[in-house]
Amino acid sequence: MILPGNTSCQGCPISLAMRCLDEIENPVLVIPAGCSTVVAGLHPNSAMKIPVIHVPFASTNAVACGLKEAYKRLGVEANVIAWMGDGAADIGFATLSASAARRDDIITVVVDNEAYMNTGTQASLSTFWKAKTTTSPLGKGDEKRDLALIMIAHRADYVATATVGYVEDLRRKFRRAGELKGFRFIHIHCPCPPGWRFPSEKTIEIARKAVASGAWALFEYYNGKLRFSGVGKRYVDKGNRISLADYLRSQGRFEHLSDEDINELENAIEKEWEIIRKFSND
Amino acid sequence: MDLEPLISRTKLGAAGETGSWRNYRPVVKRELCNVCKTCLSYCPEGVINEMIEIDYRFCKGCGICKEICKQKAIEMVPE
Amino acid sequence: MQGDLQTKGHRDGTRVRVLLTSNEAIAEAVRIAEPEVIAAYPITPQSPIVERLAEMIASGDLRASFVRVESEHSAMAVIHGAATAGARVFTATSSHGLAYMYEMCWWIAGSRLPAVMAVATRSIGAPWNIHGDHTDIVLLRDTGWIIGMAETAQEAFDMTLQAFFVSEEVNIPFAVGIDAFTMSHTAEVVEIWNPKIPERRQAYRVLPTDRFAVNAVTMGKARMKARYDLAVDLENSAKIIEKSDAEFGNHGGLVEKYRLDDADYVVVMMGGWCGDAKDAIDVLRGEGYKIGLLRLRFLRPFPKKAVKELSGEVLVVDKGNSDIRGVLGIEVSSCGIEAKNVVAGIGGVDVGVEDFCRIFKNFVEGRIELEWYL
Repeated sequence: MILPGNTSCQGCPISLAMRCLDEIENPVLVIPAGCSTVVAGLHPNSAMKIPVIHVPFASTNAVACGLKEAYKRLGVEANVIAWMGDGAADIGFATLSASAARRDDIITVVVDNEAYMNTGTQASLSTFWKAKTTTSPLGKGDEKRDLALIMIAHRADYVATATVGYVEDLRRKFRRAGELKGFRFIHIHCPCPPGWRFPSEKTIEIARKAVASGAWALFEYYNGKLRFSGVGKRYVDKGNRISLADYLRSQGRFEHLSDEDINELENAIEKEWEIIRKFSND
Repeated sequence: MDLEPLISRTKLGAAGETGSWRNYRPVVKRELCNVCKTCLSYCPEGVINEMIEIDYRFCKGCGICKEICKQKAIEMVPE
Repeated sequence: MQGDLQTKGHRDGTRVRVLLTSNEAIAEAVRIAEPEVIAAYPITPQSPIVERLAEMIASGDLRASFVRVESEHSAMAVIHGAATAGARVFTATSSHGLAYMYEMCWWIAGSRLPAVMAVATRSIGAPWNIHGDHTDIVLLRDTGWIIGMAETAQEAFDMTLQAFFVSEEVNIPFAVGIDAFTMSHTAEVVEIWNPKIPERRQAYRVLPTDRFAVNAVTMGKARMKARYDLAVDLENSAKIIEKSDAEFGNHGGLVEKYRLDDADYVVVMMGGWCGDAKDAIDVLRGEGYKIGLLRLRFLRPFPKKAVKELSGEVLVVDKGNSDIRGVLGIEVSSCGIEAKNVVAGIGGVDVGVEDFCRIFKNFVEGRIELEWYL
């Protein structure tokens, strides 16, 4: 769905995720400010093979809702996709929540690179605990917010987490979302070479390490049930995981962490898993 | 009214020939490649085709194809 | 009353006279315009408009989707999206709601999407105040919107229907202003009828089969040209407003001239309180003063021609200020008129016929330069 020769950085996870959009029929993309704005093309060119409507930050889900309501009234088949980064999910959180509560018949995709990358790597609510960003030079002290669980709490029709580390799994989730109706939400883990400070060839390796270390859980929620999915099933069991240090030490944003810090982060991740398991029927 | 300022048209190479960004060029070693197409699936730029030919006009040289290849059939050669 | 309108009312072209507040008159006009998507967040004093529309939809009188949003920003965003897909759209707001949706007001105008919004004008905090003034609607001046300001419930009805027509003709969103409470909640006799506006038209819409992006990052002259085109088309919308005036109630186009012909003294105002100002002018005329009123029906496009043609002494009475000066005072001065300026009625401070008589006499007798009527 995205053509070569676009403005994405080398090793960009968002560009890779955009390629996978061809799993969804009749897509119309709504993109707020962020890396995706730039990746999708600068005037007079569009890098996308599908229609794109660029919109302000906080409006994304509401614009998508309006499009879908109008298409319904005018008899147009469309999968309207609100495609945003974690920044737009922060600033548009109320809009996102209302959209989920209304069960807007749209797909929401959050390509989460865990900081405001397009403005130069400032901390977001998704930024990993203790990660260095330009606004958290000593490491982020605040909590990390989990959007997917919040969407489940809205009783959304479909919620999935995915990663660019496993594109077959990501494609399957896009496909399923495209075939379902109602409010569908996909949260994609997107390791960012310049923002996380790792070499561009390592995007996939780091994305997979996030899953293998338990730092990113892969699951799907539909028909009222949460199920672990794909390769992620293996890492529900802590015994199968690689060390968190292996994941963190491969990124410049964590270069300042002590072993003690990493222990603390392991505890934070365990707490996260405890919550996820409570939603799970597996 | 003139719509041109508001409308941007789909274009291959929307950012030009991004191959010029490359420091390293991925080169496929045919004798090792088993055409599993994993590199094709994971190329962020979408510049690898079904024959595992790389479109160097647009390949930015990120090196993901080299890393993902189990056969070690791609090497990165300095430009 | 709804049933009456349905059976013997506007649908067959006949006219029905009913007692309506300006809020209700706007809701009736919207029903006749048959928008496909309405989105709104309640705010006093606008809420009765969208409540009435929600009732109409619930009862089947109006076939529209009503999207209940969590904020005015999203209200404008929903109609932005719906208009992009090709739907006729409507929203309404006031005061803080308009401020909250301000970003999207720029986007819907910049995107050249036809849309209609009612603004029941109300004071913006701080401090809190729910009463009327024009400090909210003047916020729209720089966005590129067409901004109308009605004086009566009849005009609110007619202007709302004209708004759908003009907006879709020129691809510019249109705000219809009414004053808080003195209009929004005050009933007048309104003649309801159906001017039969054409089917929805717009410069472009986006469908899943399209292969283009709208509003991508645009640098250099193309971005500037988009802004220039909007400014030029906003300017030219004056012609469409004037030309279609007769079809939408014959209110005078961009301005209404009241006892202006032989006036040596001219008052310039906009909004519902012009009714009281006209009564005051009648009183002063009775006392021999040659005074008249130029009522601005539109703030954008600004009626420059009518203002420049004014002769004699000019006083602008404002319900909204920028600095110490009133906003209309600044606008009128920008046309080369040396106008006196009074700022009054901020936060709903009552200004009645007697007050206007006092202000106008002071003006005629040369005792006003710039003052706040407190």
